Amino acid sequence: MENILTASGLRKHFGSTRALDGLDLEVRRGEVHGFLGPNGAGKTTTIRILLGLLKADAGTVRLFDGDPWNDATTLHRRLAYVPGDVTLWPNLSGGEVIDLLGRLRGGLDDTRKNELLERFDLDPKKKGRAYSKGNRQKVGLVAALASNVELLLLDEPTSGLDPLMEEVFRQVVAEEQARDGRTVLLSSHILSEVEALCDRVSIVRDGRTVETGTLTELRHLTRTTITAELASPPDGLADLPGVHELQVDGTQVRFEVDTPELDAALRQLTAAGVRGLVSRPPTLEELFLRHYKTGEVKAEVAR
Amino acid sequence: MNTLAGTGALVRLILRRDRVLMPLWVVLMALVPMFLGSSIKQLYPTAAAVSEYARENLGNSTFIVLYGRIYDTSLGGVTFWRASSGMLIIGIISMLVVIRHTRVEEEAGRRELVGSAVVGRHAGLAAALVATIGANLVLAVLLALGLTGLGLPAGGSFAAGLAWAATGGIFAAVGALVAQLTEGAGAARGVGVTVAGAAFLLRAAGDVAGEGADPSWVSWLSPLGWMSQMRAFGQQRWWVLVPAVALIALLVAVAFALQARRDVGAGLLPPRLGPAEAAAGLRSPLALAWRLHRGGLIGWTAGFAVLGAVFGGVAKSAQDMLAGNQQLMEIFERMGGESALSDVVIAGTMGVSALIVSGYAVQATLRMRTEEAALRSEPVLVTRVGRISWALSHLVFAIFGPLVAMAAEGLVTGLVYGASVGDPGREIPRGLAAALVQLPAVWVLAGLTTALFGLRPRLAPAVGWAGLGVCLFLGLIGAAVQLSQAVLDVSPFTHIPKIPGGDLAVVPLVVLIVIAGALLALGLAAFRRRDVPVV
Repeated sequence: MENILTASGLRKHFGSTRALDGLDLEVRRGEVHGFLGPNGAGKTTTIRILLGLLKADAGTVRLFDGDPWNDATTLHRRLAYVPGDVTLWPNLSGGEVIDLLGRLRGGLDDTRKNELLERFDLDPKKKGRAYSKGNRQKVGLVAALASNVELLLLDEPTSGLDPLMEEVFRQVVAEEQARDGRTVLLSSHILSEVEALCDRVSIVRDGRTVETGTLTELRHLTRTTITAELASPPDGLADLPGVHELQVDGTQVRFEVDTPELDAALRQLTAAGVRGLVSRPPTLEELFLRHYKTGEVKAEVAR
Repeated sequence: MNTLAGTGALVRLILRRDRVLMPLWVVLMALVPMFLGSSIKQLYPTAAAVSEYARENLGNSTFIVLYGRIYDTSLGGVTFWRASSGMLIIGIISMLVVIRHTRVEEEAGRRELVGSAVVGRHAGLAAALVATIGANLVLAVLLALGLTGLGLPAGGSFAAGLAWAATGGIFAAVGALVAQLTEGAGAARGVGVTVAGAAFLLRAAGDVAGEGADPSWVSWLSPLGWMSQMRAFGQQRWWVLVPAVALIALLVAVAFALQARRDVGAGLLPPRLGPAEAAAGLRSPLALAWRLHRGGLIGWTAGFAVLGAVFGGVAKSAQDMLAGNQQLMEIFERMGGESALSDVVIAGTMGVSALIVSGYAVQATLRMRTEEAALRSEPVLVTRVGRISWALSHLVFAIFGPLVAMAAEGLVTGLVYGASVGDPGREIPRGLAAALVQLPAVWVLAGLTTALFGLRPRLAPAVGWAGLGVCLFLGLIGAAVQLSQAVLDVSPFTHIPKIPGGDLAVVPLVVLIVIAGALLALGLAAFRRRDVPVV
């Protein structure tokens, strides 16, 4: 499938702070791509480079068929952006901001706008200074989602939304993709949100992409948790490569196994006679924490 | 719970946050009278020379408008008089400091965080007032010590210091009051500065209109009028401190009462709802900029129209005063006829107005920086709006806003003065020309600020305002402290021809416009190449 945006080897420094250190990102047309990483990993910096607001120190970026820095205004007709902290003009009403931003982008679907205002339960008459954090976020979301654009860049868009609105957001994004085949780059902290919405995921840490692929592919790279009730105590399980965190309690065993070694481990279990078996694939949270924790270990060693 | 609990801790917080800013304004402002005093002393070394200078200026309407009346012709009295615009400045600073530590904190949501700790309802306001009034008292002592250091009597020096501190205190209390009214700090500042402007105009009008040695009762409507009635170094009137303290107490009491009746974060004036949909015209960066700048443009234009009326009236009374003085009349007739004096007054007041309107130019230019730092430029710049058109949408107001305000002032000056001498047809174009000829210098400051915004965005506000500060210093005080012409030439305002009356020198105006244009172009080019947002 065709890539709608490609970034490779992006580097960016702010003074002595290194924000990006060779980041790669590919988003395909029509997919919802999850962009995951802890605070300060470089997600917002990447998005700002994609928007042509920041100039990368090194690396290449292609957005649609152009260069975000040089062709910013042409490319901006085709995308909409929601920052993680939407700030509004204190003396403009929410409705005015939504209309203004839509018009500046080149068009707003009025029916869609009214529908979204209703679903997000947003009062468009309030002035910018009177909105709470969550409501400012809704203003940004309605303005972006009601625009006629091909690509949505959403940078932690649901921060400050309550669980009810979070659910509305998920439905709306799923509809966007199903209806118009829009592409979405969704940077997020909320792993359940990414798990529910995203076709593919990139995990960044310290300004670098550490994993990228579909959730199935990512799971393949990591461990499955197995809990089994056996006929007799297991034998030789501990010696198998790829088996971790083994706990044996009589005939009860529980361990984690690297996905490529799953077959060998199961053979060992059936040799002992399986009475009951629960196999659980890793959640995104575990995937994420695994990368996050290795970062911590590194930091401790460095200390 | 004690409504003042935690005040001490909050005072320390204010002193910590303002540890650079507060000592800076206190010390600099305390030094102004000393510098003025010492330069007057150098120019007029003997007591007789000083009082000769003072008597010459007793009836000078421009001086009466700008600085008030001279009540004592000794070195101390003349210094106190000549430095009196410092009282207005200290008042405005004190007011802004109080708003900064009350309404700004509330608007930013920090007041809420602090309020959840063991802090009383009134502690924040009380702390802001204690810190600001305390700073004014320190200023009073420093000012008095500086003047006694010049060899002036201690009594008069302390009277002068207390007059300044009382003015600061009154406007701090005004700040406390206006901070209760609106939800937005910007609106509170606007109301406060309008009050300060009205106080200045009432004092100026009352002083000009007075009979004999005393100003008219109109001056007594303004705290600035009372404080000049301290008559430091002359027949001192210590009792004017009594109404000052009473007014401070009254304003503070009202502010506290208002605060007790409202929610944190809310204003007394209720926030209004806006339209659910944008008007059809709100579809371009310029339309957005108009929404953001229109309040400022209307306010400045209205204010300058009022200034124009006052200055037009002053020019007329200057002429009347001349009619009673045969000797001066002869001098001015030799210089260029009867209208020469009013010409000088109009040219002088327009020069001062240009310095004031530069504040508007710098503020409108820095709006770009405010928008960027608040991350409000981002949503616009990620649409099909390019950076240059976004920047120009704001710069239109920085360049043409001062033009509109000055044109209003020039028109009204010409109209009022022209009507009073029976020749508006001649005076209106002359007033307009006097106002508009100032603009190239104003534009240089807007250009400088734009260049900084492009090249060094974080420094732009500080350096932009400092640039205006240097021009104010050179323009208002520079000649009085005998700076060399080379130093005075640094200010673009030095190069503006004195119109009406003088020759319209075109070359300096063209050079200033070219410099302003080059600085603007430099700023825009740099802005196009740099990262956005720099926060």
